[in-house]
Amino acid sequence: MIAFMIRRLAQALIVIFIISLIGFAIKQSVGDPVRELTGISVSAEERQEFREKLGLNDPWYVQYGRFLGHTLQGDLGTSFFYKRPATEVILEKAPATLELVFVSSLIIILFSVPLGVFSAIRPDHFFSRLLMGGSIVGVSIPVFLTAIMMVYIFSIKLGWFPSYGRGELVMLGGWGTGLLTVDGWMHILMPSVALSSIMLPLFIRLIRAEMMEVLESEYIKYAWAKGLSSRRVWFVHAFKNTLLPVITVGGVQLGVTIAFTILTETVFQWQGLGFMFMEAVERSDAPLLVAYLMFVGVVMVGVNTIVDLIYGLVNPTIRIAGVK
Amino acid sequence: MAKLLEVRDLVIRFGLRTGEVTATSGVSFSLDRGERLGLVGESGAGKSVTGFSIINLISKPGYIASGEVNFNGENLARVSPERMRQIRGNRISMIFQDPMMTLNPVLTIGTQMTEVLHRHRPELSREQARDIALDKLRKVHIPSPEKRLEQYPHEFSGGMRQRIIIAIALLTDPELIIADEPTTALDVTIQAEIMDLLMELCEKDGMGLILITHDLAVVSQVTQNIAVMYAGRIVEKGPTSRVIAQPQHPYTRGLIAALPQSSRHGERLNQIPGMMPTLKDMPPGCAFNPRCPHVMEICHRQIPALRPGSNGNMAACHLYPEENAHE
Ligand SMILES: Nc1ncnc2c1ncn2[C@@H]1O[C@H](COP(=O)(O)OP(=O)(O)OP(=O)(O)O)[C@@H](O)[C@H]1O
Ligand SMILES: [Mg+2]
Repeated sequence: MIAFMIRRLAQALIVIFIISLIGFAIKQSVGDPVRELTGISVSAEERQEFREKLGLNDPWYVQYGRFLGHTLQGDLGTSFFYKRPATEVILEKAPATLELVFVSSLIIILFSVPLGVFSAIRPDHFFSRLLMGGSIVGVSIPVFLTAIMMVYIFSIKLGWFPSYGRGELVMLGGWGTGLLTVDGWMHILMPSVALSSIMLPLFIRLIRAEMMEVLESEYIKYAWAKGLSSRRVWFVHAFKNTLLPVITVGGVQLGVTIAFTILTETVFQWQGLGFMFMEAVERSDAPLLVAYLMFVGVVMVGVNTIVDLIYGLVNPTIRIAGVK
Repeated sequence: MAKLLEVRDLVIRFGLRTGEVTATSGVSFSLDRGERLGLVGESGAGKSVTGFSIINLISKPGYIASGEVNFNGENLARVSPERMRQIRGNRISMIFQDPMMTLNPVLTIGTQMTEVLHRHRPELSREQARDIALDKLRKVHIPSPEKRLEQYPHEFSGGMRQRIIIAIALLTDPELIIADEPTTALDVTIQAEIMDLLMELCEKDGMGLILITHDLAVVSQVTQNIAVMYAGRIVEKGPTSRVIAQPQHPYTRGLIAALPQSSRHGERLNQIPGMMPTLKDMPPGCAFNPRCPHVMEICHRQIPALRPGSNGNMAACHLYPEENAHE
């Protein structure tokens, strides 16, 4: 297990290194910091001088080293628009997005497991057929459209849920959470449902497919031959084996969910990273864009590493292989 | 007293999308308490489906179309699913072909053993169940069984796993064990060990055994009676020694001639020419007629019934017409 963990962490570090290279490349190619800092009314010579002073004429690896050094100290540059360190802006916006992803993951897990398992063990039940048909439709409606339709129906027509913002927040240290107030939950419900609208049907189908495959295996036939109850065969023998591939895919999909936050947050004007990202694109705020990319990249790598470690705990084959 | 097992006129069909096919027809055999019966035949003959039909566990879309499976006089083909579950793994245990695929990879050996006892002997405490599991592991010669209970299947070799599966089969002291090619997936050196162990345990505890295999040599060492299957039917049946020494049906003769020890050293093995027909293209009449050296005109028209041959073996062949039976 220890060896497995070390191997996994080393992989994570390599990926983060690659992300930093990409971030650096973007920073190099997007926007001219000198122009941004000085404006256009400055002569070519003065600009040259500025470049020299900022180290912009150094070879790329020297510049990259400097970039990496700053990054490791948490310095991702200064946002052009906010005139504040990009890291600070990111940390301020992160809780909104993380809570959104958290609640929508909760929705996905809470619904996909029972529905996926049910449609696997009762494939001919009319509800399973309905679910399979419905999930195809669900996957093919864009998040953007789902979000707008929800706002139209539940906010404008029915007035059940507020259509934008995070509602009443409670500060926990530097973290503004909406999960401790009723108003906060009223606000977060629609965006998180919209955000889960693609992943939920995908997960139902994934769990169903995996479970059906497991149910065909020899060890399940053997479990039946032992005279075990259906409950035991399905929920102990089959479900645990279904979980393994679902965990792996789940980790990857969680990353994709973060990408979908950009759309969701824009529709619901959710003041998180996705919303900030769209604004930064409009304002060509290169340092903030790079900071966003780095932050999201590191979070994704972190999540995937944790998911793999959980996988290692569930799967006895890995647990032992690691010890040896 | 009713026989331990009496299978009568069993017809198993598969409801495939392309149409219904019949996997076995008119299969009948019986087993006394403590008797060991070998079910032999080429791949696809219908041995496994016959074995699984006894505990009503044929893979979909297979089902028992007609016939009876009387176990101590109770027709298992007609009992409720709950009643069937009380018998599976309790009074009838199965041993599967490939021990690498049979055990659940994410559950410990201990869990996979004691769950059987918890299911069928709910009155036992955890400790009692554990003790029985340990006792059975010792019976199949697993060293340091206490440690083994905590381990997962991948920590065992194929031979060890098959021993564990035999131990699981023994947990509830069943009256009948159905072993479907229990050694085919194992190293040759381990095959004999496992077979001896199985036979010894059946003999000691008076358990009935149905041994499914295509290996006539194994059957001849382990069983008292043989039923030879070909294309879903039993073509010959009788005491093991007599079937081996004086096979009646041309197919059985072919099988025995194909055994390595039957051909002289350096000679090539006498394989039966041709292949068994698939379920979709059964020839009319006797299914063996395309490969039979003694094929006659009637073989193309009429399916031969199973009847006593000249030496008392039952054989389904037109070489042994009705009149012969009553001499
Ligand atoms: N799930 C299934 N669907 C369709 N046909 C099947 C299925 N299982 C078995 N059959 C068919 O039933 C026939 C008998 O199969 P069975 O597995 O009993 O053969 P066998 O004698 O055990 O052969 P082997 O030595 O290969 O195990 C074969 O022709 C096979 O194609
Ligand atoms: Mg078979």
